[in-house]
Amino acid sequence: MTSQLAPEPAKARRTPTRPGDRVFFGISFGAALVILLTLAGVAIFLTAEGIPGVTASADQVKSGLSFPAYVGPLVYGTLLAAVIALVLAVPVAIGVALFISHFSPRRLSSVFGYVIDLLAAVPSVVYGAWGIIFLAPTIVPFYRWLYDNLGFIPLFAGPPSATGSTILTAGIVLAIMVLPIVTAICREIFLQTPRLHQEAALALGATRWEMVRMAVFPYARSGIVSASMLGLGRALGETMAVAMVLSPALVVTPNLISSTNPNTIASNIALSFPEASGLTVNALIASGLVLFVITFAVNFAARAIVDRRKDFSGAN
Amino acid sequence: MNRTTLRVAAPAALALTLALGLSACGASNEGGSDSGSDSSLSGTLNGAGASSQEAAVDAWTAAFQTANSDVTVNYDPAGSGAGREQFIAGGVDFAGSDAYLDDDELAQAKERCNGPVVEVPTYVSPIAVIYNLDGVDDLQLSPATIGGIFEGKITKWDDAAIKADNPDATLPDTDITPVHRSDDSGTTKNFTAYLDAASGGSWTGGEVETWPIKGGEAAQGTSGVVQSVANGSGTIGYADESQAGDLDKAKVKVGTEYTEVTPEAAAKVLDTAKQVEGRDATDIALDIDRKTEESGVYPIVLVSYMIGCESYDDAAKADLVKGWLEYVTSEEGQKEAADKAGSAPLTSEFSGKVAEAVKSIKAAS
Repeated sequence: MTSQLAPEPAKARRTPTRPGDRVFFGISFGAALVILLTLAGVAIFLTAEGIPGVTASADQVKSGLSFPAYVGPLVYGTLLAAVIALVLAVPVAIGVALFISHFSPRRLSSVFGYVIDLLAAVPSVVYGAWGIIFLAPTIVPFYRWLYDNLGFIPLFAGPPSATGSTILTAGIVLAIMVLPIVTAICREIFLQTPRLHQEAALALGATRWEMVRMAVFPYARSGIVSASMLGLGRALGETMAVAMVLSPALVVTPNLISSTNPNTIASNIALSFPEASGLTVNALIASGLVLFVITFAVNFAARAIVDRRKDFSGAN
Repeated sequence: MNRTTLRVAAPAALALTLALGLSACGASNEGGSDSGSDSSLSGTLNGAGASSQEAAVDAWTAAFQTANSDVTVNYDPAGSGAGREQFIAGGVDFAGSDAYLDDDELAQAKERCNGPVVEVPTYVSPIAVIYNLDGVDDLQLSPATIGGIFEGKITKWDDAAIKADNPDATLPDTDITPVHRSDDSGTTKNFTAYLDAASGGSWTGGEVETWPIKGGEAAQGTSGVVQSVANGSGTIGYADESQAGDLDKAKVKVGTEYTEVTPEAAAKVLDTAKQVEGRDATDIALDIDRKTEESGVYPIVLVSYMIGCESYDDAAKADLVKGWLEYVTSEEGQKEAADKAGSAPLTSEFSGKVAEAVKSIKAAS
C-alpha cells in the first residue's frame, strides 16, 4: 500500500512547473496588481491634492466656509439622495426579481430580464435629461398634494417646488438607475435557491408566498444586502443625472419637496469644477476624497454583513 | 502637466503645419490656380478660456480657417480663470476671459509677454431676465424690484413693488420662484454685478460667481435655467438672451424708461463704460456703468475679452494673433458672432478703438 502512494508527492511537485501555468499566473497576478496600484494611485492623488483644501482657511476658498462646514451639507445630501434611491428601488427590485424567478411564465420572464438589463445600458445623462424635462414638471402636482395633506411631516414641510427639481425627484431618478443592478443580482440569487428547499416547503403545505418567505428569502438575504450595497455605491457616485435634475443649495434640511435642497458631493464637483481655481480646486478634490471614503465604508459594511450571514446561506 | 505638453507640442505642431502649409502654397502656385488662400497666415493658434465665448469662437474659427486655409485655431473652453492662468503660464497664445486681468495677473501677464498686454472686448452678450407667468407678457421691472425678487424678499407676483413697475398689468396672486444657476458662471457674476450696483440695496449678495442666497430654485447651465423657468409657473430667471427661446423677457428700468433687451441696446453699454485707468493703450479693460441712466442702454450684459501679447518672439505667431484678433473684432467677425451666437456686435465707434489696439501687435524686435 505504501509503495503505491509513493509517486504522488513527485506528481504534485511537477504540476506548478508547467510554463503555461506560470505565464497565466503572471498575467492574472499582474491584472490583480494593476487594480491595487490604480486604487492606491487614486487614493494618493486625492489625499495629496486634497489636504491643502482641507487646511485652507475660510477666506481662501470661493465658498467662504471652512472645509467641515462646506463638506458637511454635501455629505448629508449625498447620503440622503442615495437612501431615497434605495428605499424606493430595493422593494421594487425584489418584487421584479421574484416575479421573474418564481412567478412569471418562462417566456415572459426572459423578456422581463432583457428589459431590466436594457435599463442599465441607458447613459446617465439621458436619465438626467428625462428627469428635468419630463419627470420634474410632471411630478409637481404630486408634491403639492403631499404638501397640502402631509405637510405636518418635516419631510414634506414645503413650500413645494414650482419646477419639481427637488431631492426627491433626484432620488426617484437615481432609484430607476440602480433598479437594474439590484434586480439582476436578486434574480440570480433567487434562482439559486435549492430546489429541494422549495419543494419541501410546498410539500409541507405552504402556499407560494409562504414558500418564498420560508425558503427563498432566508437563503437570499445576504445576496439582497450585497445587491443593495452595489446599488448604493452607484447612487452615491452618480453625478450627471443629479447635477441636471437637482436645484441645490448649501443646506441641511429634511425637507424633500422644496426648491432648496442639499447637493451631493459628486454633483457639486461637476458644477463647481469648471470655474474653480487655486485652493478651491483642492477643496473640491478633498470633498472627492470624502466620497471615496464613504464609498469604501459602504463596501466594507456590505462585506461584513455578507460574511456574517454566509454560514446560514448557500450564496457563496 | 497639460502646460508642459502644450509647450512641447505647440512648436512641433507649428513646424509641421508650417511645412505642410508651405508645400501647399508651392503646389497651388505651380497650378496657377487660386485654391490656396491669398493670405500669408499659417500655423496653429491655441487659445483657452471663457466658455461663454465658445459658440462665437466656433463661428469665428470656421470663418477664419476658411479665409486662411493654412491656419488652425484651437480654443479650449476651460473657463475664464483657467484661460487667464494658462495664458500667464505661456501655455496658450491667447486667452478668452469674462473678466479683465486684475492688477496681479496683469503684472504676471506683462512678464510673460515681455511687454504690454493686448486686452480687447470681443464678445458682448445681453443677459435677459426671463419669466413664465400666465397672462403677463410685457413685464417691466426696476433694478430694485429685480434685486428684491432674487433676494427672496418679494415673494408674490402681485407685490406692491411689481405693481408700481407695471401699473397697467393684471398681476396674479402667484408665488414667485426665482431660478438661478447652480454651477459657477460668468453669467451669474455679471447679473449679480448689475444687481449689486443698481438695485439700491435690495440685493445684498454682492458680485459673485457662485449664487450667494439660500433659497430659490437652482439649475445647471443656461439651458437648465431656461428649462426650469419654462417648467414652472410664476418662475423668473436670467439667461443669455440668445438662449432664452420663446420665454417672455422683462423690460428693465434704466433712468426713467424701461428698456427692452436687444443686442443693439446691450452694445451701447460699451460706449457708456469707463476704461480702467493707468493701463497701456492696448489694454482696453472696461468698468461697465451698470447704473447708467442713458436711455436705450441695456445694462445687464456680459462682456468677454480676448487677451494676447503686444509682441511675440515668433513673427509668424505675431501675425497670426494679429490676423485672428483683427478678424474677430472686425465688423464682419462681429456680425458672424451675432448670427451664430446671438451676441451684440461692437458699435462702430467702439470697434475703432479696438482696432487701434489690435494693430499694435508685432514680432518682438
